[in-house]
Amino acid sequence: MRVGRFDLIPIVVLAAVALGALPLVGSPSTWVTLTVAGLAMGLLVFIMASGLTLVFGLMDVMNFAHGVFIAVGAYVAVSAMKLFGGTLSALLPAMLAAMLVAGLLGAFFERVIIKPVYGQHLKQILITTGGMIVAEQLIHVIWGPELLPLQRPDELRGALLWGDVAIERYRLAAVAVGVLVFAAMALTLNRTKLGLLIRAGVENAEMVEAMGYRIRRLFIGVFVAGSALAGLGGALWGMYQEAVTVAIGAQMMVLIFIVIIIGGLGSVTGCFVGALLVGLVANYVGYLSPKVALGSNILLMVLILLWRPQGLYPMGKS
Amino acid sequence: MIRTLLSGDLPRSRLLSAVLVAIFVALAAAPFLFPGTRSLDVAARVCVFILLAASYDLLLGYTGIVSFAHTMFFGIGGYGIGIAVARMEPSWTALAVGTAAALLVSLVLSFLIGLFSLRVKAIFFAMITLAVASFFAILASQLSGVTGGEDGITFRVPEALRMRVTAYYVVFAGCALLFLGLLRVVNSPFGRVLLAIRENEFRAEALGYRTVIYRTVANCLGAMAAALAGVLYALWLRYTGPNTTLDFSIMIDILLMVVIGGMGTMYGAAIGATLFVVAQNYLQDLMQLASGALKGVPSFLQFVPELLHPDRWLLWLGALFVVCVYYFPAGIVGRLRR
Repeated sequence: MRVGRFDLIPIVVLAAVALGALPLVGSPSTWVTLTVAGLAMGLLVFIMASGLTLVFGLMDVMNFAHGVFIAVGAYVAVSAMKLFGGTLSALLPAMLAAMLVAGLLGAFFERVIIKPVYGQHLKQILITTGGMIVAEQLIHVIWGPELLPLQRPDELRGALLWGDVAIERYRLAAVAVGVLVFAAMALTLNRTKLGLLIRAGVENAEMVEAMGYRIRRLFIGVFVAGSALAGLGGALWGMYQEAVTVAIGAQMMVLIFIVIIIGGLGSVTGCFVGALLVGLVANYVGYLSPKVALGSNILLMVLILLWRPQGLYPMGKS
Repeated sequence: MIRTLLSGDLPRSRLLSAVLVAIFVALAAAPFLFPGTRSLDVAARVCVFILLAASYDLLLGYTGIVSFAHTMFFGIGGYGIGIAVARMEPSWTALAVGTAAALLVSLVLSFLIGLFSLRVKAIFFAMITLAVASFFAILASQLSGVTGGEDGITFRVPEALRMRVTAYYVVFAGCALLFLGLLRVVNSPFGRVLLAIRENEFRAEALGYRTVIYRTVANCLGAMAAALAGVLYALWLRYTGPNTTLDFSIMIDILLMVVIGGMGTMYGAAIGATLFVVAQNYLQDLMQLASGALKGVPSFLQFVPELLHPDRWLLWLGALFVVCVYYFPAGIVGRLRR
């Protein structure tokens, strides 16, 4: 099942999972609530994971410290919301601040930590893990080790009611932001020259170099953008949970790894479908049988890998 | 005699030998040299973590694969005897059953993980193990009927092990034997093949070695050694729970021990573990002093005592870790062997 060169089967699977859950859940109103919650969670995870998978696809670099950018984004959002008064108008500056700080940290990380270990996977894993330890400790030094509350603006609290369908406002907002980010990303990747270069770089970096483009510079840009998105995702996720601890990064990392493995390492489309799949399944299973919910992500990953060992959208690089 | 015991893998440096002998003597005579509950506890921890770090070095240093699931196997060992002894009575049979069950579970699990993910890149293996280990940690804290949940399991040990000194020597002997066993493994022809795979996988495969099989076997051996370390640790603590075995921070600790001590030598794991556990227990006291002494600094330097706060000791070890990976990939042992 293909449209042009695009493989539709994973999308069909996604739809089948969503529709298949309807008879299991029973009531349509609960199903709508769960689906929106699942989409919101999936889109937030996508925002955080997309940069990581793109960096891997482009430069064969896996950053195990990606969670730090998430945590930093969340902490910066706490400080910024405090600074700007915690209203709806403070939300945008807080999000931008989170992206800015996480992006700057990403630039520093790329230059200082990762640059010397290109092409050495073992050292990459070790060095980025080391960077994560140090950065987490520095977060403790700056913001303290306690759990910090991160309040949503008043306008985003509570739920909207349509008949007997209740949807949390914040989740709708998260879906909106997620769709915006995805649209911007898809447009950049598919409709601009920059996107063309990035996609070409994922396909064959040497050839892009040979054409006279500096792939390194492109790569730094992607790395910084990915870190900034992780920071944005961290800010949104912290607000979703209404509390921030330094563990937020490590917790999300596990989910992000599962998502990008499911999607196929390096594939942005796969990352998107995988994130939605993980979000939906986590919410449906959490409702149907909370005991199984813990393992649902791992189970999903195993099933997908048994079906497609390279993930939903294999990049053909490993 | 010593050459045979060490499988022909001598320290090859006078300074290193001296350090190793000092560690060995200190641990062997710990109950007499350092009387007191706390120091004996530290000594037992050093023993267990030397074994745990050595078994991790078999994977990281010798085979060149990064696993984040090593604490999972450590935990399986602890829970193995914890559950067995809590369900049966505190007897040697229960200990044997628990240990055997833990070994079997570790073997099967590590085999499955290896088969599933060792065929592809090192990064893939690291990511899969991280996911599986975190799942296992959640499972252990949620299945409170079996594992005791967050509280863990406190259990009683057989009569003969109630004396602290006896228990210590059981732990010491077990760790020493297993350490020598691991040394035997890495210096066998099998260990040479592992080194070959680490250095150049493609060439090893071309020479006719099935690298997947070698890696999987190494993974299983490492996992079983970790499970045995978990058994000994639980025996010493008479307790097992998520915070003493499964926590991700322990995984980080093991990584720090192996890298700072020196990857690719069992002695590095021994030195790294000793240094780390001693630092964990005594460096904080030192930092407390330093932090207190700097309390009076002017306000624009307020962050200095904060950086030396006893809870921030990982910051410094983390920085040391990064420096080690960049500049001293052979760690302390590499320096001492110069």
